[in-house]
Amino acid sequence: MSLSTRRIRAIVRKELKDYRRNRTLVVTMTILPLIFLIQPTVVILLYHKESAAALAQGHALLYMLAIPALVPAAVAAAAVVGERQQSTLEPVLTTPITREEFLLGKALAALIPSVAIAYAVYAAFVILVILFAQPGVPAAILRAPDILAQVLLTPLIAAWSIWVGLAISTRSSDVRVAQQISLLGNLPLFAVSSLVAFDVIHATLGLALALAALLLVLDVVGWRIVSAMFDRERLIADTR
Amino acid sequence: MSQRDATLTTARKGNPPALSVDHLSKRFGERLAFDDLSFEVGRGEVFGFLGPNGAGKTTAVRTLGTLLAPTSGTASVAGIPLSPENGVEIRRRIAIMPESPGLYLRLSVVENLECFADLYEVPNPVDRIDQALRAVNMSDRAHDPCGTLSKGLRQRVALARALLSDPEVLFLDEPTSGLDPVAARDVHELIDELRKRGVTIFLTTHRLGEAERLCDRVAILNTTLRTIGRPDELRDRLFAKTLKVLTRVPLPEPGSVFAALAGVSGWQQNGPGQDGVGSYLIAVSDPAIAAPAVTQALVAVGADVLSISESRHSLEDVYLELIDEDIEADRR
Repeated sequence: MSLSTRRIRAIVRKELKDYRRNRTLVVTMTILPLIFLIQPTVVILLYHKESAAALAQGHALLYMLAIPALVPAAVAAAAVVGERQQSTLEPVLTTPITREEFLLGKALAALIPSVAIAYAVYAAFVILVILFAQPGVPAAILRAPDILAQVLLTPLIAAWSIWVGLAISTRSSDVRVAQQISLLGNLPLFAVSSLVAFDVIHATLGLALALAALLLVLDVVGWRIVSAMFDRERLIADTR
Repeated sequence: MSQRDATLTTARKGNPPALSVDHLSKRFGERLAFDDLSFEVGRGEVFGFLGPNGAGKTTAVRTLGTLLAPTSGTASVAGIPLSPENGVEIRRRIAIMPESPGLYLRLSVVENLECFADLYEVPNPVDRIDQALRAVNMSDRAHDPCGTLSKGLRQRVALARALLSDPEVLFLDEPTSGLDPVAARDVHELIDELRKRGVTIFLTTHRLGEAERLCDRVAILNTTLRTIGRPDELRDRLFAKTLKVLTRVPLPEPGSVFAALAGVSGWQQNGPGQDGVGSYLIAVSDPAIAAPAVTQALVAVGADVLSISESRHSLEDVYLELIDEDIEADRR
């Protein structure tokens, strides 16, 4: 199967322009990560240096892996059903674009801002901790394996969240319903990242690499499964 | 043979038809959308597809445009057999303007067209977009967000979008729906222009006058194909040619005047004439031959003739006659 990068880029560019001009979407995508930034920042800035040893036992930063799971979910869930409701899907599907190209374009368009936001929030958190936390606290929580896990897992988790959202979007007939189901569909990811953050699942570099490999495989499989679920006839005629 | 007919005939000799449809049907579960369609559309032809709401026109366009899979039958579009494997290749060669413009409202006109130029992988997209915008007289609104445009202007942008890829076959689904008369006239002129360039146009419309003016041939669909042909052929096929005769006073014995004339196959009183005038419809085989004979006969009996004119049936009459037949058949 050959893919046209020009057609994929066309979808990505169109989506990113559309996001930028959709104020509601921008606000939604920004508020949730800010909430995720404020809570751990306040907690960690209030820690005394005597408590740093206790911090070293946990992986508070990995709590932020929930951001790439949650931020793209709503956007991805609206990606197909939204176009369908606005009658913009049919003109696109009358062009030579394949369903794989269309979905890849939609996924990349959701991935780029989500990963950028997740990294930006993470960077802001790290900078705040370095600048304002009590001495000893930054060294206790800013550990190389955690940072590597965060960097590596952020795009892979976002991609998985996006494929879940797109899968629901191809089968839904209402944007709001699709978004709600998509959030529910991403709860397992959110649960796993929380369990790691609270050290219920003990995070190691090996575990992070194994998870990354698993997510990479799941993301590729997700793309193929969603492509197979993408039924032009159902989407256009709404009869199956 | 007109120059137009000659061009079409020449085009058909050298190339396979732009559309060839053979016993094509589409069913959604128990519901039959259209059934047993068979027709051909020559290259460069403007083909009208008429029918009431729910007749299956849009479904037929979507099926030929590879958006829906036929339930049975075969077809070729732009010379390529209609099959799921050929979907991309067919869509490269055609363009469909759906009834709803489906524009990205937060994007400007030119941004919408840039997106579709890339989806069609159009070479020199800037030039093509410029040409398409000029073709629909929208160059001055190129940077306006589509959400700020009126329905008519959105329709024009959708038409520009359909022209971007320079398609071999252009499907226009109700292209003048919601347009004011001037904008509709502009679209008609554009269709004429595309016809001159040899683009095959498959036009679905409710505007029968539009179909009559623009189309080389029309098909009337009501789930099944009710008829197909040139508009004048359909009129002749369905309605006898008639002369309408008006006399200052009713004729005392009209039967003796009209019945014996050569070329006249029947006559009838056309209701009570206004202001006491006589009004008659004379069925004839050829109005040009029968009219002088009718005039002479009227003069011979001393009738005061007000007018003799050919009573022309429109495509609308043909359409209504066929659809009314279907409604009657359903009632029975």
